[in-house]
Amino acid sequence: MTTAMLDVDNVSRAFDMLRAVDDVSLSVADGETVGIIGTNGSGKTTLLNLITGYLQPTSGRILFRGSDITGLPPRRVTTLGVARSFQVPQLYTGLNVLDNVLIAIAAHSGRGADFWTPLHRRDSLVRAEDFLARFGLSDHATAAVRNLPEGARKVLDVVLSVILEPRVLLMDEPTSGVSARDKFSVMDTLMPTLKERRVTTIFVEHDMEIIERYAERAVAFDAGRIIADGPVAGVLGQAEVRRAVLGEG
Amino acid sequence: MNGATTHRSFLVGGMVAFALLALLPLFLSDWIVFLLALALAKGAVVLGVVLLLRGGLISFGHALYFAVGAYTVAFLANRFGVGEALVAVPLAMVISGLLAAALGLLLTRFRGIYFAMLSLALSMIAYTVLIKFYDFSGGTDGLSVRGFSLAGVTPVHSGLVKYYLVLVVTAGVTYIGARFLASPLGYLMQAVRYNEIRIEYLGASASHAILASYIISGAISGIGGALVAYLVGQVSPELAYWVASGDFVFVAVLGGTGSVFAPWIGSVVFELVKNYAVKFSPSTWQLTLGVFLLLVIYFQPQGLWGLLTRRRAKPR
Repeated sequence: MTTAMLDVDNVSRAFDMLRAVDDVSLSVADGETVGIIGTNGSGKTTLLNLITGYLQPTSGRILFRGSDITGLPPRRVTTLGVARSFQVPQLYTGLNVLDNVLIAIAAHSGRGADFWTPLHRRDSLVRAEDFLARFGLSDHATAAVRNLPEGARKVLDVVLSVILEPRVLLMDEPTSGVSARDKFSVMDTLMPTLKERRVTTIFVEHDMEIIERYAERAVAFDAGRIIADGPVAGVLGQAEVRRAVLGEG
Repeated sequence: MNGATTHRSFLVGGMVAFALLALLPLFLSDWIVFLLALALAKGAVVLGVVLLLRGGLISFGHALYFAVGAYTVAFLANRFGVGEALVAVPLAMVISGLLAAALGLLLTRFRGIYFAMLSLALSMIAYTVLIKFYDFSGGTDGLSVRGFSLAGVTPVHSGLVKYYLVLVVTAGVTYIGARFLASPLGYLMQAVRYNEIRIEYLGASASHAILASYIISGAISGIGGALVAYLVGQVSPELAYWVASGDFVFVAVLGGTGSVFAPWIGSVVFELVKNYAVKFSPSTWQLTLGVFLLLVIYFQPQGLWGLLTRRRAKPR
């Protein structure tokens, strides 16, 4: 058996008395697309924060391609190849869309400390414009991020993490805030791009239609624990999931 | 924000400004040429402050590097009899840069008011050291800068030579500043102001970006101090005093942070306004300056530089 791309081993994280993530184990294989579902406060975002080192687990370990990354800061985890996007877009709001993308490209090519050559280098510009065109952001290129519609901001936040060419991409509700009309077209662009690059993808999502259409495997959270894990149809069919996550019966 | 056109208009604008400033001594009296040289030299420190301001960091202690640059020149001239500007100015830059590297390691952990206050505290320690260590610094009397030579030549019209030295150094610092502002590090500093979390999640480091900018900022400020030491011919602890630091922040806000040219525009206007304010109302000149800054902030929040760009931006 080959090593998994990402292994979460008996990880717990408590905030005072609350066990936000409670003894969670999860193994994700190379190239898999996993959707994480669960109600608000069930520990989904905390898990992403633990994997990327924004939070330290109270116990347990996290392995990336077999090596221990528990406790590494986000910067190290990111450079190893685990990128993430955010539920609330984390962007440089005073700068324009193109500059946001160019900064990501520069950071990815290790030019973060370069104070001599221009950020707007021709090869970087070509790459940036290609990304903007592919994700339908070209019209917004020179708009300040703070003036963007919420949906476009969401897409840009995802684009910044895709630019990093990660092995694993963690997305926190990639389509929340994107209009119902646009969300499928965003996912239709995003998911094949990730598949084509063999990016292992884990995304948190409230929209079951998105989960059914784009995830291969679903993991259901309730009160900090995983209550179901397997093929999407199977997980969504389980009575406990229907009750705890979908709020039925 | 198109790269190519900004680059061209920058070069043209810079060359026109340089040519105008180079011709001015033909028409102006000595004292105003001196005033211009002083303003340009201090403009380098203001640029140092602006580099950090773009990252949302206010350094209320940049007079520290200004003073270190100036004392380096004075010390070399006074203690070692070296008045050669080609030795002293680069040395002032290196020493200020090294000091900024050491203090920057501490400062990059802080943001906002804590960064500002710690900068202030460090500069006041330097001020006290300069006053107390009489044998080394001349105490409150300071040191006089004896002798000035450029490339081994001791000029007859030293005022004019110093002016052109300042002008050439200003051009060089402007060029370095412009490259910095357009570079990934320059943009990363702006990113620091808006979102440090995203910087870390791009695999870059906000602290490293701040430290690198702080070192460059300190080194540039040291150059400004070195030039002022040559121009004035005397250094004193006042150079490191908090009022001096406050002036640099004042001028940075006055000029604006939108362009590498803004600090020099701010600095020249500041020196001129201050000079005339002192001349016409010797007892209330601070009030005049204060009202002037208030008016600029009220009507032109982007600083004086905004006056130049606003007109150009409109037709688009």
